[in-house]
Amino acid sequence: MSTVAVKKKARPGAAQKKTWRAIAYTTLIVGSMISLIPFLWMLGTSFKDPANVFADPIQIWPKPWLWSNYAKAFSKLPFAQYTFNTCLITAISMFGQMLSCALVAFGFARMRFPGRNVLFVTLLATMMLPAQVTMIPVFKIWSTLGFYDTFVPLTLPSFFGSAFFIFLLRQYYMTVPHEMDEAARIDGASTMQVFYKVLLPQIKPALATLAIFSFMNNWNDFLGPLIYLSSPAKRTLALGLYAFQGQYATDWNYLMAASAVVMMPLLILFFCGQKYFIQGVVISGVKG
Amino acid sequence: MAKTHTSRLQRKEAIEGYLCIAPWLFGFIFLTLGAVLFSFFMSLTKWDMINPAKFVGFANYSTIMFDDDRFRQSLKVTAIYAGFSVPLGLVCSLALAMLLNLNVKGMQWFRSIFYIPAILPGAAVAMVWQMVLRPQSSGIFNAILGKLFHIEPIPWLTSPDWVLNSFIIMSLWGVGGGMIIYLAGLQGVPTQLYEAAEIDGAGSWQKFRNVTLPMISPTLFFNLIMGIIGSFQVFTSSFIMTQGGPANASLFYVLYLYQKAFKYLQMGYACALAWILFAIILALTLLVMTSSRRWVYYEAELKR
Repeated sequence: MSTVAVKKKARPGAAQKKTWRAIAYTTLIVGSMISLIPFLWMLGTSFKDPANVFADPIQIWPKPWLWSNYAKAFSKLPFAQYTFNTCLITAISMFGQMLSCALVAFGFARMRFPGRNVLFVTLLATMMLPAQVTMIPVFKIWSTLGFYDTFVPLTLPSFFGSAFFIFLLRQYYMTVPHEMDEAARIDGASTMQVFYKVLLPQIKPALATLAIFSFMNNWNDFLGPLIYLSSPAKRTLALGLYAFQGQYATDWNYLMAASAVVMMPLLILFFCGQKYFIQGVVISGVKG
Repeated sequence: MAKTHTSRLQRKEAIEGYLCIAPWLFGFIFLTLGAVLFSFFMSLTKWDMINPAKFVGFANYSTIMFDDDRFRQSLKVTAIYAGFSVPLGLVCSLALAMLLNLNVKGMQWFRSIFYIPAILPGAAVAMVWQMVLRPQSSGIFNAILGKLFHIEPIPWLTSPDWVLNSFIIMSLWGVGGGMIIYLAGLQGVPTQLYEAAEIDGAGSWQKFRNVTLPMISPTLFFNLIMGIIGSFQVFTSSFIMTQGGPANASLFYVLYLYQKAFKYLQMGYACALAWILFAIILALTLLVMTSSRRWVYYEAELKR
């Protein structure tokens, strides 16, 4: 088969390569323009005068340009309170998740105990379980314990680790040579010291990835706050946006301003921690 | 003597090991295992979370299967959505990854532009798309389509015929997540393989078909499974944008489940719906996994 191909085809010429690159660039540029439309439309609308939001034909460039929309959007609903709530939930969850996942993954990667493999396979199996199956019983548990309309159901579970992150960190621990903890143990280090002083510094990049994904999951969460929070003062930003839409259905310029603000931390996070974002996706995708 | 010494150490290690995994184990027992059993039991009851549950056997399941039009509608909506958005998403994200893998200038910028939509809060994304997909020509999509192709304004979210298309288009906005995974897979393909193929006279298509595709098939497999699972769990966008309407044309499965549980307080019924969802996802995943033996190529297999 290969010999036939040789006869038929010479090495692709330079001209052909050039055409391919031109096609590639065109596709990428058109694609990214389409991809940017929603962003630009959001930003444009967020600066418009209400009268021009639904102008026909559409107004591309806001005229007048109203920076005040952002301040007004924030004064219409207590968005400062929502921001505080979201930050609080996100910070506690991130902390809990990093702590518990690092410890549990350490246990699975480094300690020998009966039933370890069975338990680890169980952990992997829980990743298959859709959250909807446990959603209602877990809701019942938290409300029976009196935690309905508190941040507890949104934060406390992260101290029990999450299967996916534990798996990710365990994979990372496995790449650290055993000689490192053995040397520490010979020097008389306890298990906790090995974990804390020897291994934890080694898995910092993986922890950074975990932190970023944990931030994203908590900041973006909608269903959790929707189910558990009822008082307006306890809303998160995502829930606040939804409430805003319900109350000021016609003020799309304000709604777009608020949406842009809710998206902003993720954009900043992405540009600061791009490396860890991509690394995390890669670890999960290629090894998983 | 030596033996008791080691077993004492082993016991110490075992205890410490259990302590390390204790947080997960605790959560697993109560919030996963316990909840799963509870959920299954509750799926056999009529329960509104206020009054005591009443055991009804498999009545919820039989009602769902044979006597629930909205269930059928939600399954249909979700299946059609999955049937289009998953394959389209796979193709688009792979195509983008391959383009980015050509060593294009500004690759990082393109990569960011395509990836960012995948990490944004679903609630904010739903707001923005409502604005983008407005009916008449005040929506940017209709305005552009009208300007460029003289297409009549499309009732994206207000017509039962169009609403699902809109959700599929929206899902394509998020293909960046898959793209990043493909990109990693593509960068892991050894260049020698392409060189060898070129020496054998393979053209672009042959290289793609016989080198790229087999080498990234594990990535493809991963993206396929994640895509299927994700498409069956759409909630936020439909909850915010359409509430399942118009005429239930965007009643996604999880939205229906949510409504049964938290709007109509039919918790037992909703548990049964959740189990059926689990069965569907499990069946599809197993199907893909069994088929994967034929089309997924693992290099490591040779070593094992």
